[in-house]
Amino acid sequence: MLGFLKKPLVVTVEINMNLVALTVMGLISRLWRLSYPRAVVFDEVYYGQFVSLYMKRIFFVDDSGPPFGHMLLALGGYLGGFDGNFLWNRIGAEYSMNVPVWSLRLLPALAGALCVPLAYQILVELQFSHCTALGAALLILLENSLITQSRFMLLESILIFFILLAVLSYLKFYNLQRHSSFSGSWWFWLFLTGVACSCAVGVKYMGLFTYILLLTIAGLHFWHMIGDQNLSNVALLCHFLARGLGLVVMPVAMYLSFFYVHLILLYRSGPHDQIMTSAFQASLEGGLARITQGQPLEVAYGSQITLRNVLGKPMQCWLHSHTNTYPIRYENGRGSSHQQQVTCYPFKDVNNWWIVKDPGMQQLVVSNPPRPVRHGHIVQLVHGITTRYLNTHDVAAPLSPHSQEVSCYIDYNISMPAQNLWRVEIVNRESDTDVWKTILSEVRFVHVNTSAVLKASGFLGASLPEWGYRQLEVVGEKLSKGYHQSMVWNVEEHRYGKSQEQKEREVELHSPTQMDISKNLSFMAKFTELQWKILTLKNEDTEHKYSSSALDWITMDTNIAYWLHPTSGAQIHLLGNVVTWASANIAALVYTCLSLWYLIRRRRKIYDIPEDAWRLWVSAGGICIGGWAVNYLPFFLMEKTLFLYHYLPALTFQVLLIPIVLQHLGNHLCRSLLLKSMFGALIVAWFSSVYLVYCTFSPVTYGEPSLSATELKDLRWKDSWNILIRKQ
Amino acid sequence: WDETHFGKMGSYYINRTFFFDVHPPLGKMLIGLAGYLSGYDGTFPFQKPGDRYEQHNYVGMRGFCAFLGSCLVPFAYLTVLELSKSLPAALLTAFILIFDTGCITLSQYILLDPILMFFLMGAVLSMVKCNSCADRPFSASWWLWLSLTGMNLAGAMGVKFVGLFIVLLVGLNTVCDLWGLLGDLSLSLVMFGKHLLARVLCLILLPLALYTAMFAVHFTVLNKSGPGDGFFSSAFQSQLIGNNLHNVSIPEYLAYGSVVTMKNLRMAGGYLHSHWHLYPEGIGARQQQVTAYLHKDLNNLWIIKKHNSDTADLSDPSSPVEFVRHGDIIRLEHKETSRNLHSHQHEAPLTRKHFQVTGYGINGTGDSNDFWRIEVVGRKTGKLIKVLRSQVRLTHVATGCILGSSGKTLPKWQGWEQVEVTCTPYLKESPNSLWNFEDHINPKLPNISLDVLKPSFAEILLESHMVMIRVGYFKPKDNEVTSKPWHWPINYQGLRFSGVNETDYRVYLLGNPVIWWLNLVTIGLYLLIAVSTAVVLKRGVQLTSELKELSRVVLCGGGQIMLGWLLHYLPFFMMGRVLYFHHYFPAMLFSSMLTGITWDTLLKFCAGYLSPSTTARRVYEGGFLALVLLIVYSFYLFHPLSYGMVGPMASDPSSPMAGLRWMDSWEF
Repeated sequence: MLGFLKKPLVVTVEINMNLVALTVMGLISRLWRLSYPRAVVFDEVYYGQFVSLYMKRIFFVDDSGPPFGHMLLALGGYLGGFDGNFLWNRIGAEYSMNVPVWSLRLLPALAGALCVPLAYQILVELQFSHCTALGAALLILLENSLITQSRFMLLESILIFFILLAVLSYLKFYNLQRHSSFSGSWWFWLFLTGVACSCAVGVKYMGLFTYILLLTIAGLHFWHMIGDQNLSNVALLCHFLARGLGLVVMPVAMYLSFFYVHLILLYRSGPHDQIMTSAFQASLEGGLARITQGQPLEVAYGSQITLRNVLGKPMQCWLHSHTNTYPIRYENGRGSSHQQQVTCYPFKDVNNWWIVKDPGMQQLVVSNPPRPVRHGHIVQLVHGITTRYLNTHDVAAPLSPHSQEVSCYIDYNISMPAQNLWRVEIVNRESDTDVWKTILSEVRFVHVNTSAVLKASGFLGASLPEWGYRQLEVVGEKLSKGYHQSMVWNVEEHRYGKSQEQKEREVELHSPTQMDISKNLSFMAKFTELQWKILTLKNEDTEHKYSSSALDWITMDTNIAYWLHPTSGAQIHLLGNVVTWASANIAALVYTCLSLWYLIRRRRKIYDIPEDAWRLWVSAGGICIGGWAVNYLPFFLMEKTLFLYHYLPALTFQVLLIPIVLQHLGNHLCRSLLLKSMFGALIVAWFSSVYLVYCTFSPVTYGEPSLSATELKDLRWKDSWNILIRKQ
Repeated sequence: WDETHFGKMGSYYINRTFFFDVHPPLGKMLIGLAGYLSGYDGTFPFQKPGDRYEQHNYVGMRGFCAFLGSCLVPFAYLTVLELSKSLPAALLTAFILIFDTGCITLSQYILLDPILMFFLMGAVLSMVKCNSCADRPFSASWWLWLSLTGMNLAGAMGVKFVGLFIVLLVGLNTVCDLWGLLGDLSLSLVMFGKHLLARVLCLILLPLALYTAMFAVHFTVLNKSGPGDGFFSSAFQSQLIGNNLHNVSIPEYLAYGSVVTMKNLRMAGGYLHSHWHLYPEGIGARQQQVTAYLHKDLNNLWIIKKHNSDTADLSDPSSPVEFVRHGDIIRLEHKETSRNLHSHQHEAPLTRKHFQVTGYGINGTGDSNDFWRIEVVGRKTGKLIKVLRSQVRLTHVATGCILGSSGKTLPKWQGWEQVEVTCTPYLKESPNSLWNFEDHINPKLPNISLDVLKPSFAEILLESHMVMIRVGYFKPKDNEVTSKPWHWPINYQGLRFSGVNETDYRVYLLGNPVIWWLNLVTIGLYLLIAVSTAVVLKRGVQLTSELKELSRVVLCGGGQIMLGWLLHYLPFFMMGRVLYFHHYFPAMLFSSMLTGITWDTLLKFCAGYLSPSTTARRVYEGGFLALVLLIVYSFYLFHPLSYGMVGPMASDPSSPMAGLRWMDSWEF
């Protein structure tokens, strides 16, 4: 029982001093004077506002990516005790005292620093020598662009960290495969791969590329296992399920949990509310929820409602009417019906209220018990303030002449009868007898006489001229091309009308709605909506001064000025280490050519290098070249604004390839001793040039010391670089 | 519908007027030829869909397209037969294609698609045939099929650039083929070299030659000036009869007071243009727009003036003519609006790094930002400037930037979607920032007949491709509801070919839903079968010879077809341009062939499990018959779609088609 006491308790610790040294150097290079400059640097202005919103728990939507990265940055702010009170409006603005700059920048910097030992570990796991691994780590350490990017409140360094972590843990997992399948550490590394992948995807969607790469590699490895006759079918199935669990189920669950935390943290309404549907808005504290809380759920005859267009583009708007009429003739000479205008109005207004009326009855109040409106019912819509009926007829609409004009009917006695019957079609109904529900139901109004559909023409520039007060046009769309959000409306505010008289009713319409019941969306519904909005929301394509095309990145023909000191010439640029970039390109080229050469020769059964060296060469290259390709090539297909920093993940993989190619050249091509020593000398010379370039550019990497104009001019090695020189 | 485009282009060939289109010329040439042979005189205007043909002889062109469209059936039949060696599979494919309403509709009209699909299927067929001749390399039939593949590739590429995907498919197939040969150690390297050469010859050189020949014919036939002139460079235009640059006689040297047009030297660069519209609020300064415009227009005219002297003394007929010299500082006044070409340090509308170019000043009086230094590339100061031949750069004096065209199309607020003109501060030498003077009007100078440098054929070829790519690429996207690639395989929404109202004769392009959904299901089924077959083989399970044969058909034959489907479908997801339903039809052909192969395999496999041979046969035949009957019956139901229908819309319950509107998005 107490047998373990008989042996002495021995703790053997093996410390790889290489790793420790690299980590320390990484930390020094990334954390050195981290809170300098105490001003907003480049995209901090963008991410900062989200950190502030997290601190204030205000809901937001960011179309640039999922929330995990923002949450990590916010964690830094939380640890530093940031209260979120800072106006993020201008690059270069001084931080006020309440902003914990150091802790806000700490997490990205830590992630950037840890990339150095990760690079070392990856090469070791790929079974390269420690010397080679050391070289790779040093190259990452001395890469100016990676340093710059990780020293500020930006997401790329975190992304690269998780990408490298995923690769490393997959390699560890794969190397454990041969001896100890299903052991504890085997499971650990498998799950760590999944976790790191989902974190990478959670930081930026770019992480998806590496995730797919790893899945492909795992698939290939598994394919080889299928061919292995020693494994039983059951064992194979277990392996398959374990991989599915670790590499698919786990990441998906993690990804969902990011959103869960995101939605838990952000419960207050905020500036991006109007992008979301009414139901979503109602689930946030404040904002719409304050108004809609306690509305009756089912729309009944006599209900007073506001109708919001579901499309929400170019802005959210509500069905609206006012006493003004359409002009008899438009500017281009076409005629109108001269009836009362119906528009879509982007602001809350008492004129947005409509009353649902049963065509067969005169009363405008809700009977007791209320008679709910169901899918397929025919209704009339009465404008609350003017008590005119919503109407459409075969007259060309003001801006879209192919569609019908929608008006509130005025009887001019000119043989133009009222056509004010509308059929209610609930688009998202579950059955054909569904009741029309506030907020939840998405409804189409189909005109009974002409079967036109009520639609807000949601194109840019659909606002009416002066006579329509620049409000948005509403038309009856005759050729209904299937489902389109611009034809769908939902009830946002709703109350049961009680007043018989018009005077009382006006007072009632002006009063706010108040009652008490709450509606809640499930997490999955919220998640789907938010995810969909993130993916489809597109900011207008704005060209940025420092944006570049993907082709510029390989040769680093472009740079980004991150920050400029308000008075002196001190400045920070995103600029890579020129020597590293060039050698990385050469390495990739050499690797591709050599591989092709080997492949063709092997096909003819000529083996230049031993089999295990070949396997090493293929697996290392598969990861490095593959990682470079998947993180770089997709940018050629993207239509968004691109920046140099998008290249950094690809670059990291490419840099890892340099020492691999060098070791291969040294081992297999330099046969004689003389050649070997010459090669070694060359490498030393090359390394010192990398270091020299790092030192040369470190003033624009760290932003100090401040350089004079001539020194800056000397730094402009390429004409296309945009280095800021103050005019004296 | 699109007959208005392609029929019109056929007419252009018959009338020999030059036009421009984003597709290569073969398809339209063939249409034109068919029209010519059948006696169509090219006079029908093809203005809007629904116009009646009246007495014009259009049947030849339609008949030609329909003939090519019906060739698809035997081609698909032969391909599947070759791949699966199974008659029922080939028959099933053929039935599918015969009875698909979409294929019928698409090949009935004057469109490029039947021609494209003809060449595409031709290429697939000859590729497959050539593969099965692989055991007899360099035999006559091998050469025949190989060169036929090449020709069909050229044809497919020559009709639409979508033909690139079939080139890719054939290319991949060839690479695999060669890789296999390379691994065959019984083959000497010399033999391998021969194989390689034969393929280079037939699959690269031959198609290229044909493709070039096609363009040569195109440019020889179209020798009259027409609507497409402005897209091309001055040198090119001088080749066209009727163009104002053909056999021109204009004053040779540029002088002050001349009225000129300036053309950007970039491929498909436009004329420097301005008009009475201002830049909208918020985009730089609110001054008059300056753009590059691809068409000839009065607003392209500019007057050259000295920077310091006024207009009056130049228009005086008695004053001596003064020539513009390299390095002079000039002012350009827009003739119609009398505003000066102007630039300043405001952002350009699209390319934010560049400066905005505007029209500024009233009646020619502006400020110092209107001054431009004119320089000729590769000349010394003081030399005169030649019209047409000199490549000119305009440098803004105040900011040092260079006038250029960015090649980006301005958004709708322009109203005309013209090309942006900016002043670039980066002093890079590129055709974007070079201009030449094209028209030159100066009554005081004698006109000299000039022979512009005749462009060589290679230059013409290159230029026309650059123009096609640029115009196609920068085509602005419409915001209207267009179809999305994922709509296509599920037959979500068709295209209205003709007729909108209830009384019209309506034709609606929509696939036979039974067939299309069968195809869709089959793709999933195929993937399942292929994966399980591959796993079984990889596990080294011993199979009977019949099953081995089946798995070979599934993996090799089906794999090729599946690859073809993927290549013709997936790229559309990445395309930014406007997409239409009919873009899916090439992929649909592959999908139909896959259906034939997969169901045949599946039925054989099921029959194989029921060991007694009579039951097996019965199951096999019964399943096959059921499929065919299903297809024929569904065609009977849906045939009005392609042969036209009259009467109320299907959304109306009284229509004969009412019961067939299975999806709300169908609009027949």
